[in-house]
Amino acid sequence: MENIGVVLALAGAVLAALVAGIGSAVGVGMAGEAAAGVVTEDPSKFGKVLLLQLLPGTQGIYGLLIGFVTLTQIGIMGGSSDISWVKGVLYLVACLPMAFVGYKSAIRQARASVASIGIVAKRPDQFGKALIFPAMVETYAILALLISILAIFGINGLNV
Amino acid sequence: MAVLPMKKALICGLKEDRKGTLEFLQRQEILEISCENPGDDLFQRMDTAASRSEFERKSDAAAQALAVLDTYEPEKKGLLDSFAGREPISLEVYEELAGRREEIQKTAERLLELSKEIQERKAELPKLHRRREALTPWMEFDLPLDFSGTKTTAAFAGAIPREISREELERSVLEEAAAEAGAREVPAQISVVSVSKEQTCFFVVCAAQDGPFMDLALKKLGFIRAPLSSEIPAVQNRKLEEEIRRLGEENARAEEEIRSMAKEREKLKFLADYYAMREEKYQVLSKLAQSRSVFLITGFVPARDAGNLERGLTSRYPVYVEFTDPDEEEDVPVLLQNNKFAEPVEGIVESYSLPGKGEMDPTAITAPFYYVLFGLMLSDAAYGLIMVFGCAYCLKKFKNMEPGMRKTLKMFLYSGISTTFWGVLFGSFFGDAVNVIATTFFDRPDIRLAPLWFEPVAMPMKMLVFSFAFGIVHLFAGLGAKLYSCIKSGHILDGIYDAVFWYLLVGGAIVYILTIDMFTEMFELGFTLPASVGNVAAAAALVGLVGIILTNGRESKNWGKRIAKGLYGAYGITSYLSDILSYSRLLALGLATSVISTVFNQMGSMLGNSIPGMILFILVFVIGHALNLAINAMGAYVHTNRLQFVEFFGKFYEGGGRKFSPFAIHTKYFKVKEDH
Repeated sequence: MENIGVVLALAGAVLAALVAGIGSAVGVGMAGEAAAGVVTEDPSKFGKVLLLQLLPGTQGIYGLLIGFVTLTQIGIMGGSSDISWVKGVLYLVACLPMAFVGYKSAIRQARASVASIGIVAKRPDQFGKALIFPAMVETYAILALLISILAIFGINGLNV
Repeated sequence: MAVLPMKKALICGLKEDRKGTLEFLQRQEILEISCENPGDDLFQRMDTAASRSEFERKSDAAAQALAVLDTYEPEKKGLLDSFAGREPISLEVYEELAGRREEIQKTAERLLELSKEIQERKAELPKLHRRREALTPWMEFDLPLDFSGTKTTAAFAGAIPREISREELERSVLEEAAAEAGAREVPAQISVVSVSKEQTCFFVVCAAQDGPFMDLALKKLGFIRAPLSSEIPAVQNRKLEEEIRRLGEENARAEEEIRSMAKEREKLKFLADYYAMREEKYQVLSKLAQSRSVFLITGFVPARDAGNLERGLTSRYPVYVEFTDPDEEEDVPVLLQNNKFAEPVEGIVESYSLPGKGEMDPTAITAPFYYVLFGLMLSDAAYGLIMVFGCAYCLKKFKNMEPGMRKTLKMFLYSGISTTFWGVLFGSFFGDAVNVIATTFFDRPDIRLAPLWFEPVAMPMKMLVFSFAFGIVHLFAGLGAKLYSCIKSGHILDGIYDAVFWYLLVGGAIVYILTIDMFTEMFELGFTLPASVGNVAAAAALVGLVGIILTNGRESKNWGKRIAKGLYGAYGITSYLSDILSYSRLLALGLATSVISTVFNQMGSMLGNSIPGMILFILVFVIGHALNLAINAMGAYVHTNRLQFVEFFGKFYEGGGRKFSPFAIHTKYFKVKEDH
């Protein structure tokens, strides 16, 4: 049980990539269905709807980012993986904002994306505005990413 | 740098010059025709609906003919040809081709006819194949299949849908026939033509008077008559084969003819464009006020082009041209003009909204922030260089690119320069590729691209503080734009109320925060402002706060209401907090780029310094970085737009203007160049 620290930390890293990744996969899939519908009617809108489809995909990337940063910090990518159990718990907790907020915001962002794809279908000239609605949701994923990343970098220096 | 001032034009000419005048205006593309009623019975509008639908039909026919041509002889297109834009043709070529439109029209019709014939023949083929298949089991049979007997005999050719042996068949047919005939033996000759798993084909001959009994007997056994034909199957089969061959040959000939028309492609394109242009012209024609001998055109023209328009028109035709300034309440269209540096961002401003009445054009102030924000988010020198060279190559190669596309590419070119700049400052070139390659393949872990400033991955707090600081600059620039437009329109007091007070409040609050140890330590600033500065800042913030509370509800006369509204306005300070926090995306997106590059570099170097290791590295490197560039450039684009639209424009810009859309040549393939 002396290695429980690194196990907990790894669980955190995996959760961030896993849960946020699932959210993005669901979201990009949803938006993709709507985008495909628009393209059947008007193939020239492909570029625009593709952009809207990809918007909910960033949470998965942020999850990957947090997962990767955690892996390097806890020495799984090389170096010493000697981590106290307290630090392990801290890493696990630090990863949670990205995991949960990433998951939910990806799906909600996808719904905004689907609605925006509807805008592009009917009024392609309003693309600039359509892009903003899903991007507003992303703010919260970014805030979660920020907290997760600051926490992970901060834990390294703690003396526990 | 601004919204171009517009003039209202009134053009009056003789009816005989109508065609020439309109075509000239269409080629000039500087006049937006408005539909105005001169309020006089003398003038009437022309109904052009019939001719327009005729033009539309012809244009569509040409487009369809092109589609036919593309099916059988696809046009060779490069990957980048979508940037190419329309090809310019001179007025002479235009006139010459327009003169030959009947002939080109015939080509188009011939193409459509050929394509229709091919389709019909193709539809015919499966039917023939089916008939041939039905004949196959009867190939050995040497009588016509509809042979039903002679004077004294009855004959039946057909099949029962199962496999059955000769003996069994004979027995069951004879038994059934005997039963039908009233337990009397029916003499019959049965010959099996072919047997397969699905069916047994055979031929029965019996005496003519036994015919009806045999018919009933066979029906009971599930007998199906052979496909009727008055010819011997082998002969019939030969004829079908011939027919199939003939159809195939005819189709090949038709396709050959279509292919031979490939050289007409350009002319067909012209035809599609020509009728699209005429359609547009007639649309305008229906808006014109016309009397028996004169016509009137009204519309908006950018003031800078008014002189040219007048000179061009009066030198060609005896027309009267008059320019006036538009009235206050008129819906004047908006056209932007900016210097080379800011112009590319016009598309972004347009996609938000064009400046409304009396608003300033935000492009000039938006552009530098756009490039910098984009660069900060992507922040990789190599990615920036790829963008710069990619855009520069396309811009150089395709001279006829449409203006909108050209602007977009230029915007990415400038953004690419900024990306390179920030990449160098942050020491990122394909992420940490330099270090990874040196370590893995040259065993020199000491070689790395040192950042000119600092590495955000190593010092995220510093990057966060920088992001906030840059955000404050951006927001204050937005407030500055508000102040500027207030002063310019003469509402200096509004400027003080809505901009200066906010400067005092937000600026004071920020400076005050910098005097508190807790915050400066948290942000790792390394300095804390002295308390005396804090006092001044607090006083400034207080002045701002009081000012806002007193003036924010200034349109209300009632003081109670006014203060309440003011308090609500002051509550807007929270929106400044969230606006500033929103700039943390600069850190997040910058980290995303560099961390994902790092992931790919590490993955690539997993097999170490060996031949397979190098191959893996190159593969992962190329695919991984292409993916990373695509995803993060998209992210940078979206979030730069968001920061501009929500945080920045929110401070000073509303929009709502209508785009200037001149009477022009909206074609697909060509544009006509005026020689002079």
